[in-house]
Amino acid sequence: MVKDNDRQPGEPEPAGGEPDAASPASQIGAFARGFSLIVSVPSALLFSAGLGFGALARDGGFSVAHTALITGGMFALPNQVVLVDQLARNEALLAVAFAVTLTALRLLPMTVTIVPFLKGVRPRPALETVAVHFIAVTPWIESQRRLPSIPSGLRLATHVGLGLAFWAAMMAGSMAGYALAGSVPAMVTATLLFLTPIYFLLSLLATARVRMDLIAVGLGCALAPVLYLLVPGFDLLATGLIGGTLAFLLRRRRA
Amino acid sequence: MSFLGDGFGGYLTLILAGVLATEVWRWLGLVVGSRLDVAGAPFQWVRAVATALVSGLVTRMVLFPAGALADVPLWMRLGAFAAGVALYLLLRRNVVAGVGASAALLLAAQLMVR
Repeated sequence: MVKDNDRQPGEPEPAGGEPDAASPASQIGAFARGFSLIVSVPSALLFSAGLGFGALARDGGFSVAHTALITGGMFALPNQVVLVDQLARNEALLAVAFAVTLTALRLLPMTVTIVPFLKGVRPRPALETVAVHFIAVTPWIESQRRLPSIPSGLRLATHVGLGLAFWAAMMAGSMAGYALAGSVPAMVTATLLFLTPIYFLLSLLATARVRMDLIAVGLGCALAPVLYLLVPGFDLLATGLIGGTLAFLLRRRRA
Repeated sequence: MSFLGDGFGGYLTLILAGVLATEVWRWLGLVVGSRLDVAGAPFQWVRAVATALVSGLVTRMVLFPAGALADVPLWMRLGAFAAGVALYLLLRRNVVAGVGASAALLLAAQLMVR
């Protein structure tokens, strides 16, 4: 077990080679282990979620190439749904972009909490930029769970591997959903859509390491419906800020 | 969909209003996250915010769903959800069992009631 990855950015590399710069072979191994999640429950869920999205995009009148661009380029399901929904209603482009970016704001805190684990001794800006594209709820949950126990030199490769696996699962799902649109019974579609929230919640509970995490989950679940009715559009942002800040402040009390 | 029909303009629309509007937060997260120490208080706070936010997304998806799930009665959604959480806890925190049982219940309930 490598101690931790809290090496300071400006710290000089130790003489005689880099202790956490893993060999190319182990990098490929880490990438492959990450990518092996292409056969996993989260990949199956993303495939199912993609099915629903592909059907939605086709109903909205989008071409198959547009659908592929949206899923591949955005890789954040709630935002994709907002984009397709708003464009299909012929909303003004600026209003659409605003609604999408507001929904995407959640990716900021999620990325911030993954990036420190991706940092090696040397900065690798290009690869890191690619790596953050794969941050969405599912990869965030899986990377949060896996990265801390992986040697720091192998974390970036692992994250890119699992991110690419989830991305591929969702792309495959979207394309299949586009092809199958209209021929899947509504009951099945509804059940597939239901898999995502229950998987998110159980994974959050399974990943919770400290009291603060559990308080944040509880407050988030409780606040969201209230704020959805009070400040629609800003509800998730407000839920995160209020619930998260309270959980953070309460983390040392009644420990 | 008038403005999405013509080749280049349609792609440009999707790239600006979709891809870039989304990706910009990931890039900002990369910049901010590069300066944070995992053990520090700011990082812990951001983690709490992210966790609460994703949890909020869960309740929103169950209570105010989009698409076909909106046609499933609320009591079915809540019942299947609660059963999934209960089974997860009973079966020694098994995520797969919880998710599978919850989805199976929702499908069964829809089949029986209709």
